[in-house]
Amino acid sequence: MALIELRSLTKVFQMGENAVHALAGVSLDIEKGEMLAIMGPSGSGKSTLMSIIGCLDVPTSGSYLLDGQAVEKLKDSQLAQVRNRKIGFVFQQFNLLSRTSALENVLLPLGYAGLGARASREKALKALEMVGLSQRVKHHPAELSGGQQQRVAIARALVNEPAILIADEPTGALDSKTGEEVMGLFQRLHREFGQTVIIVTHDPFVARHTHRIVRLADGRIVADMPNPNPIPAGTPRPELEI
Amino acid sequence: MLLTQNILTALRSLMANKLRSALTILGIVIGVAAVVALMAIGNGATSDITSQIQSAGTNLLSIQSGRMQRPQAGGAPPSFSPLTLKDYQALQAGLSDVAGIAPVYATNATVVFQADSYSVSVTGTSEDYLKVFSYELDKGRFFTASDRQSVKQVAVLGATTAGELFPNAEPVGQSIKINDVRFTVIGVLKAKGSSGFSDPDDIVLIPLETGYLKLFGANAIRNGQKTLNTIAVSAASPDVVDSIKTQINFILRRQHKLSAEAENDFRVQSQSDMLETLSTVTTTLTTFLGAIAAISLLVGGIGIMNITLVSVSERTREIGLRKAVGARKDHILIQFLIETMTLSLLGGLLGIGLGVGIAQTVSALGLINSLVTASSILLAFTFSLAIGLFFGLYPAWRAANLHPMEALRSE
Ligand SMILES: Nc1ncnc2c1ncn2[C@@H]1O[C@H](COP(=O)(O)OP(=O)(O)OP(=O)(O)O)[C@@H](O)[C@H]1O
Ligand SMILES: [Mg+2]
Repeated sequence: MALIELRSLTKVFQMGENAVHALAGVSLDIEKGEMLAIMGPSGSGKSTLMSIIGCLDVPTSGSYLLDGQAVEKLKDSQLAQVRNRKIGFVFQQFNLLSRTSALENVLLPLGYAGLGARASREKALKALEMVGLSQRVKHHPAELSGGQQQRVAIARALVNEPAILIADEPTGALDSKTGEEVMGLFQRLHREFGQTVIIVTHDPFVARHTHRIVRLADGRIVADMPNPNPIPAGTPRPELEI
Repeated sequence: MLLTQNILTALRSLMANKLRSALTILGIVIGVAAVVALMAIGNGATSDITSQIQSAGTNLLSIQSGRMQRPQAGGAPPSFSPLTLKDYQALQAGLSDVAGIAPVYATNATVVFQADSYSVSVTGTSEDYLKVFSYELDKGRFFTASDRQSVKQVAVLGATTAGELFPNAEPVGQSIKINDVRFTVIGVLKAKGSSGFSDPDDIVLIPLETGYLKLFGANAIRNGQKTLNTIAVSAASPDVVDSIKTQINFILRRQHKLSAEAENDFRVQSQSDMLETLSTVTTTLTTFLGAIAAISLLVGGIGIMNITLVSVSERTREIGLRKAVGARKDHILIQFLIETMTLSLLGGLLGIGLGVGIAQTVSALGLINSLVTASSILLAFTFSLAIGLFFGLYPAWRAANLHPMEALRSE
């Protein structure tokens, strides 16, 4: 049984008269320990799919088994718990709390998990160390570079040791060198800890850092191909890309 | 851990918008300050009046002339029937179980000693005055019944009056002029102490008969009768106050020749009547203050609600993020409730401080006594917390029910 099993998922947004079919029947299996990229043009439904996988939203129809559990049967508070324990989110715009330090940002999920202060601090410091920010623990987001901010966000996503790391355009707001650093971090987490990583991107070069590339168009999967030789992080970007 | 985190978050977001937070709590500050200060002043005034009534003498009954008589059926003009010296004499002759009866006719007069003149209330009364109003003699003697009969021009001074007129001299034995009539000071009273509105030690007492003949003039005479302002009766014990009241009613009705169905044209008030009247006044005052407090706190609460709604919509993304990392509805609800309660509590504390300050300033300026009670502070404190809770509920509920995905997509 796969970690994530999606069957005929649809998501319809009602916009007054018009119904927007953001997802029009998506079936997809993702195994534990996979690192894959979701690609597709703007408006193809990538973010919608990620929000359903991440339990931020529920599908209009279809079924979603996460770790053998039927997500559509869960209550609000149980969904919150799943997001807290099983999912780690990384966003394009980092979404850090600007008035709190790096450490406090990473502590946030642990607070909602109900973990004690001392254990929380230890875990948060470890997560920051893992992303190479031990020296920036007390800094506020405004005092960090974009790449550093994204690494704080990754530490926050990792701190509860989630089953799935979901990153929606994680390199979208970064220059290509910093973007490579972030991709390197994902690759390391995948390689060393067997972390399941799903990365949404419309940058083919970024997508080729993963082992599998899924393409969406108009709310459907139009291609699903393995990528047996992922680009190692740090490889300079070729001059011309299609 | 979450609670301290919540309080920290609340303080941070309040500090980040200092001016806005300050303006928001202004309503609560003013409301609470008004409650605390007004309640303190109300309490102070009540206890002043209470102690004044009580220090006037125990078991005291006071008789005043009543209202104007209604026009008679025959078209006779309304008449006013004052208390008279005859009434006093009838009571003196007819009342039993009394410790003393003091008739009172008071007028303002100018008292002159050598070059100094002083304006004061001069009271014509009887030798029972001391006993009835619980005064004690400090020096000299009080006038007697025979001083009254022989129309002696003698006066007894209150402590304040004596101090003003004779800053350096011994008053007893001195000759003074009251409205140009010569009097000899024969005694000085012990100070009772000021109890707020009027100074009970600023008086001059003279024999009633002397007053009518030498000082009061035509004003004191109506329809050929010598009139009185008040007759004060001191009962021998608290148990007989009611029976004396009945006796007074009987004697004065007969004295004023009232028919069986006519209303009293005089009023008899015991101390407990006065305290009762006072307590209805106090209740009215308290209700009134309560209404003011409720309105200002309501306005303050709406201000808090308004600002918190703004804050919720400004921080929609933050709320979405918190939900994405695992916050449940109740986490968000509590977070915003703590924010509104922090605001209103802060307002409440500042308001209490301000209110106590106002009350103390008013007292220090000698305007009116105030008395800050623990219960009024507790009330203000609880109220401000409750306001924060109540008016925070709706915005917090809105925040808690934001859709996580929509919230993250916002802005
Ligand atoms: N809350 C919503 N209400 C209405 N329509 C929505 C909502 N969310 C998404 N949509 C619509 O669903 C479709 C898919 O949106 P989605 O954000 O998933 O696209 P995407 O592939 O992530 O695009 P991009 O690459 O630009 O981020 C779009 O047409 C979008 O307008
Ligand atoms: Mg998107």
